[in-house]
Amino acid sequence: MSPINSSLFLALPELILVAGSIAALLIGAFVGDRSLRVISWLSVGLLAAAGLSLGCASGLGYEGLYVADGFSSFLKVVIYAAAAISILMALPYLERTKAGRFEYPILLTFGAAGMSVMVSATDMLTLYVGLELQSLAAYVLAAFHRGETRSSEAGLKYFVLGALASGILLYGISLVYGFTGTTQFGQIAEALASGTSALGVMFGITFVLAGLAFKISAVPFHMWTPDVYEGAPTPVAAFFSAAPKVAAMGLLLRVTLGAFGDAAGDWRQIVIFASLASIVLGALGAIGQSNIKRLLAYSSINNVGFALIGLAAGNPEGAAAVLFYMVVYAAMTLGAFLCVLQMRDADGRAVETLASLSGLSRSRPGLAAAFAIFMFSLAGIPPLFGFWPKFLVFDAAVAAGLLPLAVIGIAASVIGAFYYLKVIKMIYFDEPAPLFAPADSRLNLGLIALTAAFVSPLGYLSITPLSAATAAAVKALF
Amino acid sequence: MNALGFPILSLMLAVPLVAAAYVLFIPGDEEMRARNARMTALLATLVDFALGLWLWAAFDSSTAAFQYQEQLDLFAPWFSWKLGIDGIALMLIQLSTFLMPICILASWRSIGKRVPEYMAAFLLMETLMIGVFAAQDLFLFYIFFEAGLIPMYLIIGIWGGARRIYASYKFFLYTLLGSVLMLIAMLWMARTAGTTDIPTLMAYDFAPKAQTWLFLAFFASFAVKMPMWPVHTWLPDAHVEAPTAGSVILAGVLLKMGGYGFIRFSLPMFPEASAQLMWLVFGLSMVAVIYTSLVALVQTDMKKLIAYSSVAHMAFVTIGLFAFNRQGIEGALIVMLSHGLVSAALFLCVGVIYDRLHTREIARYGGLSDNMPRYALLFLFFTMASVGLPGTSGFVGEFLVLVGAYEAHSWLAFVATTGIILGAAYMLYLYRRVAYGALDKPDVAAMQDLSSREMWLLAPIAAVVLWMGVYPESFLKPMRVSVSSLLARIERAAPEGDARIVMGKPAAVPAQAEAHH
Repeated sequence: MSPINSSLFLALPELILVAGSIAALLIGAFVGDRSLRVISWLSVGLLAAAGLSLGCASGLGYEGLYVADGFSSFLKVVIYAAAAISILMALPYLERTKAGRFEYPILLTFGAAGMSVMVSATDMLTLYVGLELQSLAAYVLAAFHRGETRSSEAGLKYFVLGALASGILLYGISLVYGFTGTTQFGQIAEALASGTSALGVMFGITFVLAGLAFKISAVPFHMWTPDVYEGAPTPVAAFFSAAPKVAAMGLLLRVTLGAFGDAAGDWRQIVIFASLASIVLGALGAIGQSNIKRLLAYSSINNVGFALIGLAAGNPEGAAAVLFYMVVYAAMTLGAFLCVLQMRDADGRAVETLASLSGLSRSRPGLAAAFAIFMFSLAGIPPLFGFWPKFLVFDAAVAAGLLPLAVIGIAASVIGAFYYLKVIKMIYFDEPAPLFAPADSRLNLGLIALTAAFVSPLGYLSITPLSAATAAAVKALF
Repeated sequence: MNALGFPILSLMLAVPLVAAAYVLFIPGDEEMRARNARMTALLATLVDFALGLWLWAAFDSSTAAFQYQEQLDLFAPWFSWKLGIDGIALMLIQLSTFLMPICILASWRSIGKRVPEYMAAFLLMETLMIGVFAAQDLFLFYIFFEAGLIPMYLIIGIWGGARRIYASYKFFLYTLLGSVLMLIAMLWMARTAGTTDIPTLMAYDFAPKAQTWLFLAFFASFAVKMPMWPVHTWLPDAHVEAPTAGSVILAGVLLKMGGYGFIRFSLPMFPEASAQLMWLVFGLSMVAVIYTSLVALVQTDMKKLIAYSSVAHMAFVTIGLFAFNRQGIEGALIVMLSHGLVSAALFLCVGVIYDRLHTREIARYGGLSDNMPRYALLFLFFTMASVGLPGTSGFVGEFLVLVGAYEAHSWLAFVATTGIILGAAYMLYLYRRVAYGALDKPDVAAMQDLSSREMWLLAPIAAVVLWMGVYPESFLKPMRVSVSSLLARIERAAPEGDARIVMGKPAAVPAQAEAHH
């Protein structure tokens, strides 16, 4: 096979997604918004096909710009699954709010293609292109309710801050390029190993990390998260909290451990600071919230902080723990947002206040139980499965000798437990608020049941296969 | 597998769990679901009680090895499903399975709303309690230990009293903060020793310097759970607000997890650190014995009074455990069992009159011995058991602890004995105010004596308390070999007591006087 053919073959998942999405776009353009349901399922099909095509080829392609390895395949499976769930969960919502434009699933698929490129990037420029492809789709999605001020505001805010972050990232890339003479991860690592001009590269690394911290919404680049989650349509917020976080975290792993692996001593302190600051600020910020979506935004900041502990450890266990964390976190956050989607008043309008959850356990016991499972799980209380990834990152930190980080991190997790308990208190202890409208979609209820089962103690049975998968995935990095 | 040929411990864990799932999902109208839930819960807890008795009957008291072991590498490579019990765990499991049906019966009428959820929470609690005592893997233990917070949080928060929300938060966050540090210590231990198997870890020698930190991390968890002064403040709140059966389980079993943790982890795994930090444990325990007894003396709320008395009794447990001798440890174990029964019974006694008058204010009662003689008799019996009257279980445990404490340190024994006197003071004062005096309040005078259901709650506990007081050997026998192996393990670190008998020097005969004669 000629080099270009084998390169194209490597990128088969992305090609499927992009070509399929363009075809879907054409269908939409001719048929109109009636085609939403068909295009949604078609997009899910595309994601499934892309997922199936992952096993076809592996190796380095495009002259070292792109790689298909175990690490990227693992992350792509998670990203595609999260994107597919985000498409499906939105269907009843879009149909109900009369905002059912066919672009929603297509934008999501484009976003997934961008994330796919992100996790396969082995060059700073591929990284940037992937990131921007994902971000552009995300900006539009955030402003999807174009008639609503809140949504437009979210889109604009996300765009301005996102553009700033991209600028910072590019600046960092240019510094790294200037001081190492290359943009390829492998060659950057070689240059660092030979000890070239540490200070300039250090600046570059810092800016690159700042740009990526924005994408995973780690403190101090987290400010956009609550506003965007609140303003964006709920399924979009669900999507933001899962797939892009997984992709950006994967990217961060590859950049720090791959390209900057030899400068671990330099970036570790940055990661430790971002991690602890995210844990504490995510927990404290959530306490005063009265909007469930803002609360979940702070929860995502908090959880990203825990995942970063695994990265700070910088060892294979730590990287595997981060991957494990992102899988479980994606399931928890998607499940929680699926529950939020069920919060509608008697007229079918979405309600988002925490107070409206009061006494849910008496009107909708099943939904209440699912909510409680997700909350206890996000808080990391055993025997729910959310405990396990926290366990793994702390284990990695202990293995790396970062005992103070582990101790402070785990003590701060108690602060976080407080606001999750608050939600459960509302649901179980308080007097009932006005009833919610009945469930509108069997599919969504099924998805809630599925994610709840995964984060329930039953999830522990997946420890062995998932541990093996994450360990195999990170082999590509070390 | 084990001597019985089937995984009896897993079965004991599964029975309440399946019953919990069943009561949550049974269809029907509310009335019917409630009735079904009560019956199912009672049946499941009785089955577990029977299984527990079988466990006891087939238990081999001549070996310190863990019995009924079962292992399944479900969570490889991190930890495994490994269960097994020794004599100490056996007795604590007996305590749990014995109290559970009583809890269900105690809630038969007093819980009217959301009965299926209530019963499910209790059944889940039973699974987790047995799991804590039977777990043979470090992380399996941690999961069971921590998971118990969830049902208890719900029990206090949903079915509790007026300040239930504050109490439930306080309970949850306090105990969580204590436990998380233990997890870090466990991770370090598992990495260092290369195993998560508890029996192996019990024989592993950690470096003495590391032991100190590990001990402190575990201490943070168990001291809160126990609870020891000054981290006991969650207990009175939780007890006062919890429904009666919740208090029974809390005082009866959950507090014992702290003591069990000391026996299973702190002492055998960190003997040097235990000896080194003995002063800390003794100091806190001595403060607790005196201080909480005095606090109990001035309480106006019955449940709060008994809660403070629990803190004082638990201080006896820590004193006994860290005395580093057989009397102390065996005494501590008996105090744990005895307190589990007696405080449970006392909470039930409070529940009985609370159900009638809906107040726990001591001053609202008085003269109950006139119109409720059967109640007054049983209440007196449990009061005496709490005080430590010979013939009741309280005496056996406290006496052994005092003997052990005296061997360790005479001042310790002195302070602890003072605590017993104070204990008698607050319990008898409580009894006088509730049961004696003039029956001058019309609503109190109208109260009915114990119903047969309530008799069935209290009589079995009274029988066991008496049995343990008269013939403690039945309870000590299964634990003896386990205690011996623990003693053999910690012997090397045991500090010298100040009350050992030492050979005196013969007095020098004054030589001058001799010569004079």
